[in-house]
This record gives sequence, C-alpha cells and structure tokens, in this order.
Amino acid sequence: MLQIDRWKRILIVGLTLLGLALAAPNLFYKRVELHNDAVKAIEATGVETPELIADRAGWPSWMPSGLVNLGLDLRGGAHLLGEVRVADVYKARMDALWPEVRNALAAERQTIGSIRRLPAEDGVLKLEIGNADQMARAVEIVRGFSDPITTLSGAGQQSLAILADGKTITVQLSDAEKAATDQRTVQQSLEIIRRRVDEVGTREPTIMQQGQDRILIQVPGIGSADELKALIGTTAKLTFNPVVAIGSDAAARIEPGQVVLPSQEREGLYYVLEESPVVSGEELVDALPGTDQNGQPSVDFRFNPSGARKFGDFTAANVGQPFAIVLDNEVISAPTIRDAIRGGSGQISGSMGYDEANRLAVLLRAGALPAKMDFLEERTIGPELGQDSIDAGRLSAIIATVAVVAYMIASYGLFGVFASVSVIVNVILILAAMSVLGATMTLPGIAGIVLTVGTAVDANVIIFERIREELRAKKKVVRAIDDGFSEAMSAIIDANVTTFIAAAVMFFLGSGPVKGFAVTMTIGLITSVFTAIFLTRLMIIWWLERRKPKELIL
Amino acid sequence: MAFRLKIVPDNTKIDFFRVQWLTFGLSAFAMVASVVLILTMGLNFGIDFKGGTTIRTESTNDFNVAEYREALNALELGDVSITEVFDPTSGGDEHVAMIRIGTTEGVGSVSQEQLNNVEAALKQVDPEIRFTAVDSVGPKVSSELIKTALYAVGAATLGIMAYIWLRFEWQFSVGAVVALVHDILLTVGLFALLQLRFDLLTVVALLTTLGYSVNDTVVVFDRLRENLIKYKTMPLIDVMNLTVNETLSRTVMTALTTAIALTSMLIFGGDVLRDFIIAMLWGVIVGCYSSVYVAKNIVLWLGVKRDWSKNGPKADPSPFSKAEQP
Repeated sequence: MLQIDRWKRILIVGLTLLGLALAAPNLFYKRVELHNDAVKAIEATGVETPELIADRAGWPSWMPSGLVNLGLDLRGGAHLLGEVRVADVYKARMDALWPEVRNALAAERQTIGSIRRLPAEDGVLKLEIGNADQMARAVEIVRGFSDPITTLSGAGQQSLAILADGKTITVQLSDAEKAATDQRTVQQSLEIIRRRVDEVGTREPTIMQQGQDRILIQVPGIGSADELKALIGTTAKLTFNPVVAIGSDAAARIEPGQVVLPSQEREGLYYVLEESPVVSGEELVDALPGTDQNGQPSVDFRFNPSGARKFGDFTAANVGQPFAIVLDNEVISAPTIRDAIRGGSGQISGSMGYDEANRLAVLLRAGALPAKMDFLEERTIGPELGQDSIDAGRLSAIIATVAVVAYMIASYGLFGVFASVSVIVNVILILAAMSVLGATMTLPGIAGIVLTVGTAVDANVIIFERIREELRAKKKVVRAIDDGFSEAMSAIIDANVTTFIAAAVMFFLGSGPVKGFAVTMTIGLITSVFTAIFLTRLMIIWWLERRKPKELIL
Repeated sequence: MAFRLKIVPDNTKIDFFRVQWLTFGLSAFAMVASVVLILTMGLNFGIDFKGGTTIRTESTNDFNVAEYREALNALELGDVSITEVFDPTSGGDEHVAMIRIGTTEGVGSVSQEQLNNVEAALKQVDPEIRFTAVDSVGPKVSSELIKTALYAVGAATLGIMAYIWLRFEWQFSVGAVVALVHDILLTVGLFALLQLRFDLLTVVALLTTLGYSVNDTVVVFDRLRENLIKYKTMPLIDVMNLTVNETLSRTVMTALTTAIALTSMLIFGGDVLRDFIIAMLWGVIVGCYSSVYVAKNIVLWLGVKRDWSKNGPKADPSPFSKAEQP
C-alpha cells in the first residue's frame, strides 16, 4: 500500500492542481461572469463594443471560466411549475375533425341519411346518422380520417378510436394518439415558453419538462413569479377561422357552432366566426415580416403540408371573403382572401404598420401555447435574501472548516494536518466539479458541503484509528500505517456505498432542492474518497520517505 | 506535537450490553413517544406539503405581530399565521417575519390579487417593508410531494437494506433497518414535539440522516464481521462489546466533527435552513446512539434466536451457539 508509482503521484497531484484551477474562477465570481457574458454577446452579435471588450478583459481567456451555477434561492428570481392542460388539445382536434367528417358523410347522404352532431364531453365527437343499417359504411368513412400511428410505443395502432352503437358513432383520440399528442403538446409549450423567456434575455433560465405534463420554469433575476407568468402568457391557441359576419353587436344572434369575438384593434367591432378553425397556429412553420406587391407591410407565412392542404382548400372556396386570425379569443386581423393560397405559403396584408407586421410575425412564429397552463407552484426569491444566504453559507462553511481542522489537528497532530489539507482540497474539488458540470448550487447544497466537511474526515478517522490500533499492537511505523490503510478499506467502501444509495434515491425521486442536495452530496462523496484515500496517503508517504520516522505518536 | 486530544481513551472496556434492557426500553419508549407525539400534536407541515402561500418580509422598523394581524384580518384570508424569525447573525436593524396563508377554497394557492392586497395592506402598516420571498404551492402538488417524499425514504431504506444484506447477513440488514426506523421516527417525533416546520428540506434532512446513520452502523458491522472471523470461540456478545469498544473512538470522533460543522451552520447559517440543520444535527446524535445501542442488539437477538450453524455455509460458526443465554 505504501508504494506509489511516480505516474500515480503525478496523477494525484495533477488532479488536485486541476481542481484548484477549475475552482479558481469562483473566487472572482462577478468578474468571470461579466467576462463570460461578454464573450457570449460578442459571439452572438459579432459586435465588439468598448464595454464588452473591457468586460472580456476582466478575466484572462486562457484561464478556466466555468462557474458554479447559483440556484434561484441564492441568486433570487422566480420559479413556476405549470401543468399543461393536455386535454385541451383533444377537444380542439375533435372540433376540427367535425366539419371534415360532416362533409365526407354528407357526400353520401343518400345511403347514410341525415348527420347530426350530438352533445358530448370535451374531446369526444358524437355523431348520429339517419340510417342505422348503413352504419358500416359510415364508420368506414370516419375511419378514413384515422391514421396509423408511427411512434415506437404506439406502432400498429390507429389515431382515432371509433365506436359504433345503433345510430351513433363516438369518435375520440385513441390512447396511443393521446399519449403522442400529450408529448407533442408539452414539447411545443416548452419551446414556446423558451422563446418567450429568451426574448427577455435573462441569464440561463431553466425550462424543462417534469413528469408527464408539467413544465418547470426558473428564471433568475426576474422580479416575481407574477411577472414571469405574464411573460409566458396563459394564452390559448392561435387559429384561422372563417368569418360569418362583421358588426358592432357583441350579443349578435349566432347559430350553433359559431362564436362572437371582439376585434383586438378596434373597440366595438365584433366578428361572428365559425368556431372550428380552418387551420391552427401549430400547423405554421414560419412567419416573417415583409411587404406586399403594393409595398405595404405584410406578414409572410408558411404552413406544414397538412395545414397547406386545408388552407388551400378553404381559400379556394372563399375568394373575396374575409378570414379571421384569432389569438387569445380576440381577432387580431381579418384580411380578405384575394386568391386561393396553394402551396402552403401566404401573406397577411391589410391595414397594418411595419411594427404591427413585425409583432404579428413574432406572435405567429412563437405561436401561442397549444393548451392552457395551470400554475401549481410559484416561488419568488428576492435578490437580497439570496445574497444574505450566500453570505451566511460562506461564513458558516469557513467556521465549520476552521473548527473541524482545529479538532483534527488537536486529535491527530501532523496526521490531522494531512487530513485537514485533504478536507480543504475536498471542498475545492467539489466546487471545481460543480463548475465543470454546470451543476446548480442551492442553499441546501451549501449545507451539503458543510456536512461533507464534517463527514469527509470520516474516512481519515477510520484509517487513523486503525493505525493507532496497529501501533498499540507494537507494530513498526511503516507496517502500522500500511496495515491501517488496508484494513480500513472495506469499512470505507461500505460506508460510502450506503451513503451513495441514499444520494441516488434523492436524485431520482426528488425534485428541486432535494435533487440539488443529492448532486452536491454525490460529488462530495466521490471527491472525499479521492482526497481521504489518495491525497492523505500520498502526504503520509512523502512524510515517511523524508523523515523515515522510527516512532509515531498518533 | 505530542499532545493528543483523546475524548475516548485508548483501551475502553465498556460493557455495552450490561444496560441493554435499559437502553432497549429507552429506545422503545422514545419510539412509542414519537408516534404518540406525531399522532396527537401533528406535524407542522410547511406549504410544500399543505399547500398555501408564505411571504417573507424584512423591515428595518420594529415588527409588531398584532399590527400585521390586524392589517391582514381585514382581507379575510382565512387561515393566516404570522411568526417573527430571529436571526442572531443580523444586527438589531433587520426584522424578519414569515406570514403563512393557508389554501383558499377551490383555488390552489392565494391568487395574485390577494397577494397584491396583502402586500399593500402591510405597506400601510410599515412603509419600509420588503417582500424578500414569496412561495405558493397548490394542493395538487403538495399531496404529490408528500407521496414522493414517502417513496424516497422508503426506497432509500430498501436500497440500503439490500446492500447490507448482500455485503453481510440478513440479520445485519434487519438490525441496520431497525436502527434506521428508530432514527427516522425519533427525528420526526422531535419535529412534532417542537413543532418545527416540516417540509421538503426536512425530508432531505431525513434522507441524509438515514445515510449518515447507516454509515455509522456499517462501520461497526464491518469490524464486527472481521472480529467474528478473528475470535471464533468468543461468545457473540463479547465479540460485539469488543467491536464497539474498538470503534468507539472513531464513532465519537466522526460524530463530533459532523456536529461541529452542523453547529456552525446552525448558528451562522441564517434562518432559512435552521429547521433543516436541527433535523440533521439531531439525526447525527440519534444515529450515533442507535449504531451503538440499537443495531447490534437486534443482531444479537436474531443471532441468538437462529443458530447460525444451520444458516448456510459460514466458516465454523458453531461458537456462536454459546451465546444463547446472554
């Protein structure tokens, strides 16, 4: 045990030095942060302003510049946990399916008879046909709208679940399609939220899916959860609807399947619209501000193939008619169709300024959330509290380290010094590892480090106590140390594996603070094993080789 | 540097089993008392588990609970609690309070409008007031958080049990788990007794305690296994006493360094984590006790009940049968 090859020594010392270098930027947190931001800004825009250059010069570029990512509880900011109402999409899908199914069935009215939509719960399309004996034919037609599912989990299944009973057909999304839709809805919501939060330009927001239908949003530096909510918006989907009538009466008489919506631009103007949209925003691929043939501001957009087909059919049948672009239950614009828009790209023009065109393009591009979100958890942490917590955490960590070091040295003398060096290197290595991994440091994380300071000495204590015992058994110094290390090994492994199990459970089952703590704890476990076993041993070996002690008081 | 601080002398020969019925009774009593406390006094669940909103306020002006309460009563928020937070590290110019508002009917958390009203009402009382943190958790999440917390503690216990069973014998894993349950119960019991806030962080503290306690137990077990091979003819109870005496110095040393670190965090770490630290500190103390007095006793009794010679191909386990009359 007491022979270590030269290259192993170099490796141990090298890792320690590397850790020191990687942790160093955290000592100059503000400066390095400015440097990193400046580098990023210059890369993104390609513009070098004097301020950016000055910020960049604040930290040498050849030095590591990874920083420990400070959690919201330390930096201040807002935290939101939202649940996407995935079922909203089922309803929209069924409502959109109805006119298509109606038209297809109507084409065979002679055989099938009359067709009527029955009231049903959201996300279910219930139809009644006149001739029950023609049910097989009707179902066949409806089945035409169902597609085989291509995702791995739903392979071999159909997208629609169709049930025929007497004169009624009940259509809804199949379970596999629901699962696929849910995933798509959440992904889309994630993407939209990300774009909106990014536009504000705060640093490193965390936006991620949690569980099946939840989205966690953490934005450092934002004033309140309310502000964040407003930013994300809880808007419903963007749609293109046929216009039935335009008037100034909010209580205009409407037929079933129609809605009255106000105009966003002009107060007192109301549109009567068909409730089921022709195309919805999720079928848009792109939208850019441009100019029309008259040099007026416009928005050019492009649909995906299915949207293009539907939009083409609709515009071909309705030239000269207006259609409404609806966002958030308000009509943002109702241009008139001049031509059939085939090929999936079109232009929205009309009375709008360049700013408006630009805004509309952004809205179309970012899209609205495909489904509403309910916020389950909201947290706001003020920046002062964060700073207080950092200060308190740092102070207590320093005091803890000093106290533990004093106690170790009082108990084990020179060996206590070795153990103390290991403990301090251990803390530095934890910071280094977190900087490299980009792991987030939270308040419980700091507590985890402080606790690690306490327990990191454990491995050394096990070894030293063992050496004491060997010395008491009148063994020679070198032999006692050697045996001490090897005998202590199995206890150290068992002790650390069990702690690791607890940490792993916290990581996989926990969320938020629990996860943060687990990460710090796991990193601390690994680094403490390295420092306690390798680094302390190396120091002891150096001491043995230089002093060649005949006796050891421990 | 010849001076060595030794809290535990070199060759202790304490008979830990002399008072085993007393310690056993004490542990059993503490566990029952904890359960009774938890059931009768209940736990002071934080909003993580109960749902609701907490607002942390800071002000340089003196803080008066009655005034705050009066201002908030006018808003008819229902279940409101106001507590002052003491922080020894801040000077006298910082007055921190926690205001907790229970969940209102139907809505998960307090609505934004209500929150604005609360802030406005408090600003009326104290214009200097700042709202440094606002947390709001809906009841849907809170019940799930309780569930995952329970799963986490359960899964960690099972994982540890499995590892010890693989590394040692099943008796050891039962002993370790009884010690774990003992530690967790006593920690939760303390929370009920002192009505400390029980939230997600407390669960983290419990899991950490769990890891720490089992760590402690395992080190003792490891030595026990070693001694069992070394002293083949010694009665089990004597081997155990010898083992604990041998590892006592380490147990105390590690518990002390950890306690030192936690105490500094308790005093200087600010109030946000205070209850969390109390849970861990208590867990370390209890964990240290249980690895000396609980885990091994269980192994001893299990080992006694079951003649190890019939239990698998262990190397010459016959001497242990002598320990049948402890």
